[in-house]
Amino acid sequence: MADHTNTDILRFVRIKKVIEETPTIRTIVFEDEYSIASMPGQFLMVWIPPIEELPMSVGIENVESCKFAAVTVRKYGIGSTALYHKQVGDLIGIRGPYGNCFSVPENLRNALLIGGGTGLVPLVRLFSNLLHDQIQASLIMGARTKDEILFEHKVQELLADNNLSDTAAFSTDDGTYGFNGSTVDLAESILVSKKFEIMYTCGPELMMKGVQKLGERFSIPVEASLERYMKCAIGICGSCCINDKLVCRDGTIFDSMNLKQLTEFGFSYRDKSGRPSYFVS
Amino acid sequence: MGLEIESNMLNLEIAGISLRNPAILASGFLGISQAIFERIFDEGAGAVVSKSISKYPMEGFRNPTVVVLENKSYINAVGLSNPGHESFYEEVSTNDKVPLIVSLVGSDPSDFEVMTKKFNKSRIIGFEINLSCPHVQKLGMEVGDDPQMVKSIVKAAKSNTTKPVFVKVGIGNTNLIDISQTAINAGADGITAINTIRAMKISIDNFNPILSNKIGGLSGSSIKPIAIRCVYELSKKFSVPIIGCGGVSNWEDALEFMIAGATSFQLGTAMGFDGMSIFNSINSGILKYLKKKGYQSVKELIGRSHKY
Repeated sequence: MADHTNTDILRFVRIKKVIEETPTIRTIVFEDEYSIASMPGQFLMVWIPPIEELPMSVGIENVESCKFAAVTVRKYGIGSTALYHKQVGDLIGIRGPYGNCFSVPENLRNALLIGGGTGLVPLVRLFSNLLHDQIQASLIMGARTKDEILFEHKVQELLADNNLSDTAAFSTDDGTYGFNGSTVDLAESILVSKKFEIMYTCGPELMMKGVQKLGERFSIPVEASLERYMKCAIGICGSCCINDKLVCRDGTIFDSMNLKQLTEFGFSYRDKSGRPSYFVS
Repeated sequence: MGLEIESNMLNLEIAGISLRNPAILASGFLGISQAIFERIFDEGAGAVVSKSISKYPMEGFRNPTVVVLENKSYINAVGLSNPGHESFYEEVSTNDKVPLIVSLVGSDPSDFEVMTKKFNKSRIIGFEINLSCPHVQKLGMEVGDDPQMVKSIVKAAKSNTTKPVFVKVGIGNTNLIDISQTAINAGADGITAINTIRAMKISIDNFNPILSNKIGGLSGSSIKPIAIRCVYELSKKFSVPIIGCGGVSNWEDALEFMIAGATSFQLGTAMGFDGMSIFNSINSGILKYLKKKGYQSVKELIGRSHKY
């Protein structure tokens, strides 16, 4: 008899809904009790048979007032493009959730969340949780261009539900929407006049490195969700190592103290063979 | 890290190498980063075996590369991904504290000649030749099934290094004893037994073999009884040290391997369930057992089953 409580064992889910988010990003919605119980920052290994298995941040979607699990995918490589093209009724395999989650210190009063691209998946979940807990959370959402802004509608709904209007800000690299420039520049302009107790970030690594530097400059703790090439997700293959840490098992969230010691953060990563490659800023 | 693991009672020697304890990280797990090697050593491992290194970099197979089974076992077909010998030589160039064994994989003797010559200059304690990876064509098992090739490879490695050379064998088409005999005759200083065993997992939901390579290697608790049998037979037959490998999940498993005849043991799969702290917990368990039973050293247990 199959052990249905071991979340490492592959299980199949049928796609319930596909949401068109941007011209290149879709959200795939499905039923899964383990994912619903996951925390912001945790991830699933998603098998798109027989093409690829990918790590994906676990999202939550409300469909007809019920909570469903979801992954949000940008079509990019073979695997992510195959997932992007999946339709309602199709089967995908999942295992997990894996990894740690963003931590919310007791008595936290306010927080600044800085996300870019699909890095907004865990951050918008966290934003929702923080607002629910009456914590003053501000969210910076970055994209390359206006059409690629992710979850704007969802965030506007969250703001309306909480009677807020100005705690989410947008930035685009090409200036077509919101702040003209990077999320880090926008964060800096906000930090000059307002003090935050913590910053959470997820997105391109050099963006997160920028947030870490802001954290040091303004003496604000930072938590960042890191990404490395991943195979097993269970701490045995070593593909996702960064210095002496495994992103799948020790992360994906690392705090300021860890980030400071991770000399490879924002500097280098390993390719599929394990050879070091370098970020180009 | 508990003090237990520093006990003299766990010290031993394999092929002239002194180890602080018998728990070794098996090849294929976590083995490409010097920083990770140091962490595993700090977590209590007696020695660390690298991933199998080839002459040139290999990307390995597309995911899924690992399937988790229900009985503390995995099937993997990672595909020998590794950075290649030149990059890995740089990686371990700073090593000054980890007893590191470099695992090598190749398709002909000249690969091993080049690589052993290179790593002979590194601060490593020895080599392990992978003649038994069951899921990559023209490498590993396919080489290990060819006695003439085994002989030439072991000779090529031995003639280019002064460090001990272990040979890792598995369940292939050729008899395990015969291939080990060939390796020992060619100069192998010890045998690691066993590698993963060719295996598959097929979905009953969509009829797909789950691994992208379809066939992989089975590791973990499922293969332990087979590995114990192999270690028993090899250690009864040969005087060179046998390193047991295959399904060590706790200190009881580890002791069983040593009592079967292993001089030390390797583990990897169990880390997926218990993390890197498993090295310390296994060593602690062994030490408690030794004290309770009144033994002075773990060495007293090696091959104790042979007389029955």
